[in-house]
Amino acid sequence: MNNILNILEKLGASARSSLSGLGSCARLFLLTMIYSSDSFKRFNLTIKEIYFTGVLSLVIIIVSAFFVGMVLGLQGYYTLEKYGSSEAIGVLVALALVRELGPVVTALLFAGRAGTAITAEIGLMKTTEQLSAMEMMAVSPIARIVAPRFWAGMISMPILATIFSMVGILGGYFIAVLIIGVDDGAFWSQMQANVDFHNDIVDGAIKSIVFGFACTLIALYQGLVAPPTAEGVSRATTKTVVISSLSVLGLDFVLTSFMFV
Amino acid sequence: MERVKLDIWVGIFVALGIIAMFYMATRVGNLTSNDVKKTYEVKAYFENIGGLKPRAAVKASGVVVGRIGSINFDPEAFHAVVKINIDERYAFPKDTFANIYTAGLLGEQYLALEAGGDDVNLKAGDLIVHTQDAVVLEKLISQFLYNSAGDDDDKDKE
Repeated sequence: MNNILNILEKLGASARSSLSGLGSCARLFLLTMIYSSDSFKRFNLTIKEIYFTGVLSLVIIIVSAFFVGMVLGLQGYYTLEKYGSSEAIGVLVALALVRELGPVVTALLFAGRAGTAITAEIGLMKTTEQLSAMEMMAVSPIARIVAPRFWAGMISMPILATIFSMVGILGGYFIAVLIIGVDDGAFWSQMQANVDFHNDIVDGAIKSIVFGFACTLIALYQGLVAPPTAEGVSRATTKTVVISSLSVLGLDFVLTSFMFV
Repeated sequence: MERVKLDIWVGIFVALGIIAMFYMATRVGNLTSNDVKKTYEVKAYFENIGGLKPRAAVKASGVVVGRIGSINFDPEAFHAVVKINIDERYAFPKDTFANIYTAGLLGEQYLALEAGGDDVNLKAGDLIVHTQDAVVLEKLISQFLYNSAGDDDDKDKE
């Protein structure tokens, strides 16, 4: 009997703590919005963060996009060729990248590359009491530290996802047209006939904005609530990757079922 | 890092994003080629639209001249009401035929317009009278079976 009660108690505690986590996350978002005007007055702080989260992520994004596109081209050709419609490879690569893989894979890489850096940086600032020092000097850490990183993530993520899709399509083109020898004109014309700007490309961009929001907010929150120890910061970094990845995949399912069905 | 250098890199990054979006819109998507801007709307009634969907192509002689606007069911007359948006540059006679065809064996369904011989052209809000429904494979097969069964009966009588 006691065992069952214990299990129920643990279940309740974990549900309560995750709910309160969601609540404080929402409060962090509200605070960020309130202090955003202050941080926009010093926009070069945000630009510096865009450099770290966006520009420095370009290499990993471009390389992985090219390989994802090449794999899509190879595998798609293998199947489509059986039905004698290998020209449809352009549509397959473009739709897969623009609708799903572009935003999702970019968000996963973004969480791994930029999200962890944000969490570790803020966690370490908290551990070394830099955040408290700022508060002592009447500088709001939200305006100085959190808001620039939040907006940098929100701006970088859609740009990275768009670049990912473009480079991926070029990777598919490289394999399908230049290596395998699918007809060049059919590759592009079938793609243009079947990819819709408003329904596919804009919806993919909306997805990437939502993912950018989720990843950045989770990374910031985990950094701020990390216990001020070495172990706490490392745990928080791990949590950032796990929670960001899971919520990106979950959100992707929800968004896809709203957008494309 | 120097601020100017930082600004340049971020500027390159944002410009790359804009270029990528522009590239996707023009090269990958159909923003320039198939998006018909100024259109006029005509109606057509069908008994059966098959798999026709909103935004499907409207073709004349195989050239895309418009898009399907909306498809509704009329609960009083019991037929489908299809609104068709045709590019303003193209005018069609009043007795134009509207047929629902399938692109390829398994492809998407589209609406084909075949011009008639009337002197008066279709205007916005007009109704295309002559329509041909989508082919339903089951109906076709059952008709075929029925006809061939009828042939057998005739042979028996002889």
